[in-house]
Amino acid sequence: MRWTAWPISLRGAFEELDRMRQQMERLFEDFSEGILREPSFAAGVFPLVNVSEDNNNYYVRAELPGVRPEDLDISVTADSVIISGERRIPEEENVSYHRREREAGKFSRVITLPGQINTEKVEAKCKNGILTIVLPKAETAKTKKIAIKSE
Amino acid sequence: MTEEKAKKTLKPRDKTQVSPAVEQTRPGKVFIPDVDIYETEKEIVVLADMPGVTPEKLNITLKDNVLTLEGEVDPLESKEERIIFKEFETGRYFRQFSLSHIIDQSKIEANLKDGVLKLVLPKVEAATPRKIEVKEG
Repeated sequence: MRWTAWPISLRGAFEELDRMRQQMERLFEDFSEGILREPSFAAGVFPLVNVSEDNNNYYVRAELPGVRPEDLDISVTADSVIISGERRIPEEENVSYHRREREAGKFSRVITLPGQINTEKVEAKCKNGILTIVLPKAETAKTKKIAIKSE
Repeated sequence: MTEEKAKKTLKPRDKTQVSPAVEQTRPGKVFIPDVDIYETEKEIVVLADMPGVTPEKLNITLKDNVLTLEGEVDPLESKEERIIFKEFETGRYFRQFSLSHIIDQSKIEANLKDGVLKLVLPKVEAATPRKIEVKEG
């Protein structure tokens, strides 16, 4: 190999490495799904969610494009939320498909929250294909500010 | 077959990031939306998953037979929120398709619903297949 050929082949090698890494990750995902599946925070379960908090609420968000609200089922316990449902993509008849990348199917996901919530006041909304669940914190889970008295 | 498909359990897929040929001037991640494209006798339909995009932030342009889909997603979290954990990221969507001349470019229709864009690209009259009757005699 000539020295000048280095940068190109090096890049190729890195790409190859990256591909291998991805394949390993996929393999491990399949493996972990069978054996190590955890009820919460587990990778390999659809949909992917983001969880955040402020002083009063926890927020759970998921990308669910094309999922109708009536196909979604959300239930809560004192410290977890379960999102389940089905994504339906109608099969078009008498057409020829050029590309089919979007997937349909069922999903279910349990998300354990870091604290207790007030289950009575949970709100969920779907907007532009993004599901947002607002879970008000129970009094016990709220951060309390302690006033310091000067003496 | 359809029944089987409906019962399939969905697995998460990481969003695919665009590896741009030219560097972008604005910071932030750019993702490739998943699409379904099918063709009927009269039109070509593109369905693209672009969750979080509002109609105002979606740009569809057609120039030199290249159809460009570009969408922007505002951060979902408000400033007061702290992230506990993050599995997906949001950013921009970008994807381009080259269209052939058989599309009637003046009659393209776009509709965005629940984060799914539906683009209907009608074929020009000449491109719709006509049945030619063969007469005897």
